[in-house]
Amino acid sequence: MAGIKVFGHPASTATRRVLIALHEKDLDYELVHIELKDGEHKKEPFLSRNPFGKVPAFEDGDFKLFESRAITQYIAHEYADKGNQLLSLGSKNMAILAMGMEIEAHEFDPVASKIGWERTFKHSFGLTTDQAVVDAEEVKLAKVLDNYEVRLGESKYLSCDQFTLVDLHHIPVIQYLLDTPTKKLFDERPHVSAWVTDITSRPSSQKVIL
Amino acid sequence: KRRKRRRRRGGAKFLERETKMGTIQRFLAIPLLSQSHSFLAPPIKPLHSSLHLSPSNLKLRSISCASPTVSTTMAGIKVHGVPMSTATMRVLAALYEKGLDFELIPVDMKAGAHKQEPFLSLNPFGQIPALEDGDLKLFESRAITEYIAEEYSEKGEKLVCPGCKKVKATTKVWLQVEGQQFDPIASKIAFERVFKGMFGMTTDPAAVEELEGKLVKVLDIYEARLAKSDYLACDCFTLADLHHLPAIHYLMGTDSKKLFESRTKVHEWVKKITARPAWAKVVDLQKKQ
Repeated sequence: MAGIKVFGHPASTATRRVLIALHEKDLDYELVHIELKDGEHKKEPFLSRNPFGKVPAFEDGDFKLFESRAITQYIAHEYADKGNQLLSLGSKNMAILAMGMEIEAHEFDPVASKIGWERTFKHSFGLTTDQAVVDAEEVKLAKVLDNYEVRLGESKYLSCDQFTLVDLHHIPVIQYLLDTPTKKLFDERPHVSAWVTDITSRPSSQKVIL
Repeated sequence: KRRKRRRRRGGAKFLERETKMGTIQRFLAIPLLSQSHSFLAPPIKPLHSSLHLSPSNLKLRSISCASPTVSTTMAGIKVHGVPMSTATMRVLAALYEKGLDFELIPVDMKAGAHKQEPFLSLNPFGQIPALEDGDLKLFESRAITEYIAEEYSEKGEKLVCPGCKKVKATTKVWLQVEGQQFDPIASKIAFERVFKGMFGMTTDPAAVEELEGKLVKVLDIYEARLAKSDYLACDCFTLADLHHLPAIHYLMGTDSKKLFESRTKVHEWVKKITARPAWAKVVDLQKKQ
């Protein structure tokens, strides 16, 4: 077994998405550090792993992947009988999971990531938060979270009553937002707040925080 | 089938964050959210026919997201949307590929029907399309196509790569690439060049130029990929290719088509996928509206 390698950065939300999945499955892996501030992800040899120049990239033996949400799905399927179950079997159950994953990727993440960028990551690069952008994005995030609040009033987790990849995919960005004033958007919605507390206190979530 | 090692050649791409632009309804009125509807129907239990049981599955601790009441009827597929919408077209393409009967229920976008009840009960995010198959309700076009491909895997055209889990994982990579890397840019260009005109707004040439600068970098990567593989995920047409059709369809009707035509492999691929009979039916349906 040549083993699992993740090529990424421990602070990157997409990298963390993959690492959390690996921890959920109790899988050993090696994190190969890609130095983002040196632009290592935009050069060879990293580009051979992901021509789009984004972390993470992934390797399981000689099988290579990129795109964090494809990687987590691979991990969940390939290691279905290890660690925690992250999927639901059957085409209708998988459809519900797929829908939840699309919602995270297209409705939640673009907005939440923009806020994370403005409030947190910009400082690392010596840039200033644009409050107008934050305000506009928080309005959008509030609407998404209103939908989540209704859903989580009926179901313990987003897609069903068990923790799945759908919930997992949200964790890294939420972790960053909880350290900012945007936290209030989660706190002021009781079901969302309980769900956030639940998913961020999982051992696998705790392991990726520096 | 042994997976071939692929050498990727690709230009450097500037890492940036952008909001995904989806279909035109994102630019209409702010969604009116209903507080009384969840974005999913009550959880459904898998029917025995749809649960793929095998000895190894039976040992797994399976999560069931389901309740016992779901049923699908042969004539039960309904799509709520409009043929002009890229996301609706994505779903229609999958249905035609599978040779499935369905009913297209129009949504009056101009009147903002997608932002009100009863549509919000189908998708509280207020976006078309939504799909009903018997009691099952879904939204998000790429989740719907995936459902169609899996649930009706025995019907019509195959939309998944044959083979083991690793091949399926590679398909997921390219499904994500379309959703995360290609579509946000291509949809924005389509909005500028095509949809703005329909709403009496003016194309912003600077925006188009900047977006095309990004799209060419993505297409360079596609060019390298398609030199090694007949289609994006593998040597068969799959959802990873299908998902591109609506945006490509619009862009090929504009000056942006030069970006596709100037790349040999990409151009061949575009011609192949747009020549599929199922896609012709989608385009035809659009013309009739």
